[in-house]
Amino acid sequence: MVPLFGKTIEELRSVVLNEGLPAYTANQISEWLYRHGAESLEEMTNLSKKARELLSAKYTVGLSGPSRASISSDGTKKYLFEVLQNRYIEAAYIPEADRATLCVSSQSGCKMGCLFCMTGKQGFQGNLTTGEILNQLRSIPEFRQVTNIVYMGMGEPFDNFDNVLKSLEILTAKWGMQWSSKRITVSTVGIIPAMIKFLEQSTCHLAISLHTPFDDERKTLMPIQNVFPISEVVAELKRQNIKGQRRVSFEYIMFDGLNDTPRHVKELVRLLNGLSCRINLIRFHPIPNSPLRSTPGERIVQFRDALTAKGIFTTIRASRGQDIQAACGLLSTKAYQERGDGTRD
Amino acid sequence: MKNWKDLDFDLQRVISNTAIAPGSYIIKFKRNYPFFAGQVVALGVSRDIEPRYYSIASAETDELISILYSERLDGKLTPMLSLLKAGDSIMVSKPFGNYTQVKNNAVFIAAGTGIAPFMSMLLSGKAKNATLIHGASYPEYFYYSEYLSNTLGERYIRCCSRCSPGYLFVGRVTHFVKQWNGLDTSKSFYLCGSAEMVVETRYILISMGVPVTNINAEIFF
Repeated sequence: MVPLFGKTIEELRSVVLNEGLPAYTANQISEWLYRHGAESLEEMTNLSKKARELLSAKYTVGLSGPSRASISSDGTKKYLFEVLQNRYIEAAYIPEADRATLCVSSQSGCKMGCLFCMTGKQGFQGNLTTGEILNQLRSIPEFRQVTNIVYMGMGEPFDNFDNVLKSLEILTAKWGMQWSSKRITVSTVGIIPAMIKFLEQSTCHLAISLHTPFDDERKTLMPIQNVFPISEVVAELKRQNIKGQRRVSFEYIMFDGLNDTPRHVKELVRLLNGLSCRINLIRFHPIPNSPLRSTPGERIVQFRDALTAKGIFTTIRASRGQDIQAACGLLSTKAYQERGDGTRD
Repeated sequence: MKNWKDLDFDLQRVISNTAIAPGSYIIKFKRNYPFFAGQVVALGVSRDIEPRYYSIASAETDELISILYSERLDGKLTPMLSLLKAGDSIMVSKPFGNYTQVKNNAVFIAAGTGIAPFMSMLLSGKAKNATLIHGASYPEYFYYSEYLSNTLGERYIRCCSRCSPGYLFVGRVTHFVKQWNGLDTSKSFYLCGSAEMVVETRYILISMGVPVTNINAEIFF
């Protein structure tokens, strides 16, 4: 059975026309899928009985709930979904006083091989479909409470560009879920051609994984630096002349003794000079056998203050869910180990 | 760099596209720009299919650029790439990337077509006294093995995961590195392959005492 959830309006139109149904049926279906939250074709009561029977022979809504949930004492919930024939992905629901953020995955595994990331140890299994990306939002019990979505879970969103872009279209379209693009952030290691396409074709916020402004250090942390150096990523962002409400932010995980010195502050200021942006400092959640350690809290505050004094708006992201395998990839790795396959520790 | 749709690319004529092992090919076309060993080019066959990035396998001074690639049957680009014949057109970007600074006495660790940047470095006369550890599933996937045997001698180590015991190390590169008595932790290590291979090898090297700053990785994506 082919899932309908995750199809754009054009794709739904193609489905109904192929079945000999009137074109407006696509609008009805998209309304049921993305506005009313229908979980079955039978619920789509303004479709004719014949239309529902025809569609039911080949299609299903295609929602799939999480197979496991871990709940932190701070309210954070981490959900495990099964995709791609027995592979796992993770989504994290992070409630706060004034918002509730969902962190979604875009791939099963990842190809980027970053030193600080647990997901890379799983290798790469495949791209998520548009439906599998959006299912992480639609199929959790807190679906209606989610106010913000960040594409910062497993995988590199711009390495699955077409499906990620389609998911953004469905989230923000009038015929779709009608989310504001200002409540959606897509994070990337900085694949420049895809980043440019994203800036042209979406108005969602952009986050770049920076982690150090120095070439040699970033190569150690992130192999992508060998192909798309951060200096070129930033130069391209400056060329793009980003205006309006779109926000560009840089993610900066703080590693003790590696990227947390005054020298780094100075170089960050030089690198980002002239670009309207902010930096999010992130405490490192340790992963097994990693040579990296998190910068202590008081030094993270000092680093933030030093950047702020130089005119860069800098925040410290609150650490959440530390008691439930907070680092991306840990929960799914645990699930593989329990099943007796997958990754090595 | 621009969006692929507008990317500065050349339409090149394919000089040759040779199957060198089942599912593995070397495609050659004219070099229009200078490059540094270790750089990549984006290749495409049409504007409708996303380009992919490939390390150049030939020497900096060669008149032709060689690209070593494996056909992925579930992929969009490589099945079409493998059909190209001499005289057909191929879209080629300018070379870019900076996986180019290699030290003498380096240790190269590659899996499959991840050998490409190291071939370019060796053929370009860089990486004096380098050691190469290459992993493959079967003997036919040890690309360039004749040249490498002649050039590197005992510093060319082949790890074959599906071979019978014989003159090759039987097992993956990660198995070899784990039991490698000759590992010198002061050397610089250069990795190229899938994320899984790169990440696992990097963790093994770190656990054996190699400083993380001595490890430089290139990934397939």
